Amino acid sequence: MAETAPTMPLEKRRKQAKAPAPPVVAAQRKLGLWQRIRRDKVMLLLTLPGLLYFVVFHYVPLIGYMVAFQDYQPYLGYMHSAWVGVSNFTAAFADPDFWSATGNTLKIAVVQLVLFFPVPIALALLLNSIVSDKLRRFVQSVVYLPHFIGWVIIVSIFQQILGGAGLLPHVLESLGLPRYDMMTDPAAFPWLLALQTMWKDAGWGTIIILAALLSIDRGLYEASAIDGAGKWRRLWHVTLPGLSPVIILLLILNLGNILTVGFEQILLQRDAVGAGAGEVLDTYVYFHGIKDNAWGVAAAVGLVKAVIGTALVIGANKFAHRLGHEGVYRGADR
Amino acid sequence: MEKPTKLGLTGKGIVIVLVVAMVAYPLLGVIGTSFASQTDIIKSSGLVLWPSHPNLDAYRTVFTGGVVTRALLVSFGVTVFGTAASLLCTIGMAYGLSRRDVVGSRFILMTALFTMLFNAGVIPNFLLVKELGLYNTFAALVLPTMVSAFNLVVLRSFFMNLPEELYDAAKVDGAGDFRVLIQVVLPLSKAVLAVVGLFYAVSYWNAYFNALLYLGDADKWPLPMVLRTFVLQGQSLAEGGAGEAVAPQQAVQMAVLVVAVVPILLVYPFLQRYFTKGVLTGAIKG
Repeated sequence: MAETAPTMPLEKRRKQAKAPAPPVVAAQRKLGLWQRIRRDKVMLLLTLPGLLYFVVFHYVPLIGYMVAFQDYQPYLGYMHSAWVGVSNFTAAFADPDFWSATGNTLKIAVVQLVLFFPVPIALALLLNSIVSDKLRRFVQSVVYLPHFIGWVIIVSIFQQILGGAGLLPHVLESLGLPRYDMMTDPAAFPWLLALQTMWKDAGWGTIIILAALLSIDRGLYEASAIDGAGKWRRLWHVTLPGLSPVIILLLILNLGNILTVGFEQILLQRDAVGAGAGEVLDTYVYFHGIKDNAWGVAAAVGLVKAVIGTALVIGANKFAHRLGHEGVYRGADR
Repeated sequence: MEKPTKLGLTGKGIVIVLVVAMVAYPLLGVIGTSFASQTDIIKSSGLVLWPSHPNLDAYRTVFTGGVVTRALLVSFGVTVFGTAASLLCTIGMAYGLSRRDVVGSRFILMTALFTMLFNAGVIPNFLLVKELGLYNTFAALVLPTMVSAFNLVVLRSFFMNLPEELYDAAKVDGAGDFRVLIQVVLPLSKAVLAVVGLFYAVSYWNAYFNALLYLGDADKWPLPMVLRTFVLQGQSLAEGGAGEAVAPQQAVQMAVLVVAVVPILLVYPFLQRYFTKGVLTGAIKG
């Protein structure tokens, strides 16, 4: 870290004028805040645009949540709109559509979690077991690809295959079976979403699990093989325990986002299945606020959702710490 | 270890082929259909893998319509400018926060990371964009999603993992912080920059929600919004054009899809090899 400068002039003035970066450890305690800011001015200046972004587009909007307590009128603005206390919240809680949206959100989240969550793990184990390097790379680059395709395109492709004029209904018809259009079937909506998520992101989800697999000690496999463990026992007793920190981490992240179920994806398909099955909390906020100008109610619902979501992440992370796992943010800052 | 059994091997082979086919078939089908004629489409009920008489009628319709061409230009512009702005901000911030002794770096980092836990939400963001006067401007497609905390973490931990000696050596040679960034750090970070750049570019290229929220005029729409109206909502593209080439509706829709996917398919192979390296240095160690 610090370069050796045994014969530093004692006068502090001189030191500042010339020496390229004083010995850091010793100097840090002595430098005042202002001097440190001056020393780091380039670094801080480089940080500034990004910091500005986060403050303006992530923290300042939080002030906008006061709309949740107002009868907000766009032409009056924040300052002149009337304060209404918590009546927006009571209005939302009295709205059956709100509860139906909450129910849909949870239903979709559970189906996604159960159906989608194990797939990347299974796929990663499969990829990992491919011995040929070339083949594995090929399969990987194919399964990663859909991650980079946008939702509009993916939904269009699904429309082409499953939709009314698409492949599946035709095939069913030619087999003498009744036509079935999954894209407009409210009952199938959560499954459809999970299917699309799988197509898009299952491959990409394997990256982190493959990395975790690499970090498992090879010696453990050899030792357990010598002890007579077969392939499946090794999977159960060596591989899965080795993966468990990553799996728990992913699970926590998923739980934290449980109220945010594929907003963009759902918004594209809500009309096809109708609001009864297709309305989730995010679309409720969007349609009530921006389409119907019920700003206060929409903001109130958004606020409730944001608070619960944040509490879930923090709670789940605490819980993971309890279990002796690293959790999310300790991992994020190291 | 023991040799794999024949049964296991064929089973695995079948699964792998199935997985690859499930990804590849729809994509190839879309490409094939965009070149297909009406009879092909009817015969194969929607997705044509191998058109019998491939033709470019659909593309002619797409590019003479004007709508798609304009949207393409918007998407290209937003992607190029957005990615450049995002990269600049992210690089600066990641580098500024990569040295532990910088004043306040911990606080600033937390300010950024904390945003991963919550999202301000649609309504407050919309009101902010309006208040800032960004409504109906292209800047609204870039600014609200300019820096991703995830990409920031990836870059920062990559910078932190560069050998300490490099920084020291450059400092001894008299380079300031900025020169170290330009002449030492960035040239060593090409792989991770390529990946982060791709992430940004892809998200700008695919974004439709910002446009849906913040763009009132349909003539400013980027490609995904045009896709949404013409493919998902089934509006016709031929807005009273000359109409000499009567391309089938489905072929036209698939041609628009192809136009939207091709740029990704073009850059993907070049960047693909960096994924694992680039993402993991950040995600796992980070």
